[in-house]
Amino acid sequence: MSSRVISPGAPSSGPNVRSLEAPGPRVGERIIKVLLWLAALVSVVVTTGIVISLLLPSLNFFQQVSIVEFLTGTIWAPAFAEPAFGVIPIVVGTLMVVFFAMLVAIPVGLASAIYLSEYAPVGVRKTIKPILEVLEGIPTVAIGLFAFSVLTPLIRDLTPFLPWTGPFSIGVAGITVGLLIIPLVSSVSDDAMRSVPMSLREGAYAMGATRFEVALRVVLPAAVSGVIAAFVLGISRAIGETMVVLLVAGAGNPVLSFDPTKGIQTMTAYIGSTATGDISQGTITYDSIFAVGALLFVMTLVMNILAIRLVRRFREVYD
Amino acid sequence: MTTDPGYSSRVAMPPRTRTAVGGAREVTEAMLSTGDRKKRVRGLILYSLLLLGLATALVSIAAMITWAIIAGWPRLSLELFTNVPSVVTPEKAGYRTAILGTLYVIGGVILLIVPLGVGAAVYLEEFANPRNPFNRFVDLNIQNLAGVPSIVFGILGLAFIVRGPLSLGFVAAAGSLTLALLVLPTVILASREAIRAVPSSIRDGSLALGATVWQTVSRQVLPAAFPGVLTGVILAVARAIGEAAPLLLVGAVTFVTFDPQFFEGGYSTLPTMIYSYAKRPQEELQVLAAAGVVIMLVLLILINSVAIYLRNRFERTW
Repeated sequence: MSSRVISPGAPSSGPNVRSLEAPGPRVGERIIKVLLWLAALVSVVVTTGIVISLLLPSLNFFQQVSIVEFLTGTIWAPAFAEPAFGVIPIVVGTLMVVFFAMLVAIPVGLASAIYLSEYAPVGVRKTIKPILEVLEGIPTVAIGLFAFSVLTPLIRDLTPFLPWTGPFSIGVAGITVGLLIIPLVSSVSDDAMRSVPMSLREGAYAMGATRFEVALRVVLPAAVSGVIAAFVLGISRAIGETMVVLLVAGAGNPVLSFDPTKGIQTMTAYIGSTATGDISQGTITYDSIFAVGALLFVMTLVMNILAIRLVRRFREVYD
Repeated sequence: MTTDPGYSSRVAMPPRTRTAVGGAREVTEAMLSTGDRKKRVRGLILYSLLLLGLATALVSIAAMITWAIIAGWPRLSLELFTNVPSVVTPEKAGYRTAILGTLYVIGGVILLIVPLGVGAAVYLEEFANPRNPFNRFVDLNIQNLAGVPSIVFGILGLAFIVRGPLSLGFVAAAGSLTLALLVLPTVILASREAIRAVPSSIRDGSLALGATVWQTVSRQVLPAAFPGVLTGVILAVARAIGEAAPLLLVGAVTFVTFDPQFFEGGYSTLPTMIYSYAKRPQEELQVLAAAGVVIMLVLLILINSVAIYLRNRFERTW
């Protein structure tokens, strides 16, 4: 092309071209920029802080307990005279919570997302969305206490054929966590389905599809990566949930069991209940909190990165 | 649906033509029909399933509020706010110090997250080059941080703020700082969303008139994004108020009988106090815990309503 093309950003250096830059240096502007940059840097510092705070005591811990023993051992008894640090029982506890939570949250969350995105009139949507947001904002202590006092007795009465023992139950804890993450699953999937272009729906309707078919066979497959991201975020949230598990599944009892009617300790419950007791720094029990925390952090990190990737892929397709 | 046998039966025609005509008719009808019965029934079933799912969510909120009011009813009085916590005389115990503790902790959280959160959001949206690898890393990092379980922030607080480099001890300031770091990603993400919603024509107009980038940001973009940023901050604060797990690790579980201070002495907050009461076997303390839940729910519903009101009040389309 000819020399008339104006290249953006790079002003030509001819003598008659006037710079669009400010005439003098603006020191204040620079300082402000640096301050704002520092504010953005805080989050990096926090992440670094988390990694260091988990890593250093964990290294201490793994000098006394081998990683293999930690990851494959099936007995978790940190307080015993002869302590055993096999993390499997409390990981199973956490996975039980995740399983029951997703059993509740996936169908209900997805159903309300499909309804809100494909069926609900504008008015209904405008009323229900804030209510779901309020549910998301309810403190987990409140939900845990409610589940312990109302939900556990209710479920116990409804299923007398199950071998209920004691006041705590990991299954009920999972169901409660499920209730808690419904708004999360629902709103992320709803966002994903709403950003599916209208033309896809119109095309399907034009071909004679019913509303049901459009929702299930056109919109849902088109939004699938966003919907899966919603599930992954839900799983990550369920792994990290603490207060509900402490209240409903009890703080103690780290046994390896798959019985949902029992109270079983989870990773978060171990951290929460052990750190509240006044344990002294430098003991192996103190360090074990950090080792479990590190494992928890890695598990949720993998989930979150997966979710971020899925959402990004989805955005790239339709934005 | 179709009872009319159609043209093919009224006019004599050879069998192979009859099939072709009949087939053509059937296909056209299938195309034009609004769906047969089976399909419509299926649609209805799904529709009711969706409504059922939604109803489950709404019913559980209603049930929780109802339960808290019924279970906490005997203790719902002004004494709840003025009496100090106690396990010895549970019938007279209250939440005074826990409520004060929450006020201190949340006050600190607000002071920290507003400048840090909005500052980071402004930098990332208005100053940072999104293609710069460092800025991309910061962006990804914030998204990850938003998903880190709250109890992990408790571990950070225990290792870095209570002990370690900052060594504040088990005081309200430590709880405040821990919670501030926990909700910071939420504030940044919400503020970025609000800033991004300001149309670029406003920026271009301001820059074209000779304003500097900071003048544009501070006098045009931020005022326009203010309601959105405010809503984000309010929702983050609401989350901080209800958060208990990280505070378990930074000391907020003690039964404090004296009014707390920011940098000295034990402290407790509303949610951790509720947890402490709920853990105890006494019947009176269970009632007290339920009454505490009522206080917290009322407070949070109020805060959330303000946020929703703000959002609707200032909602505008560019």
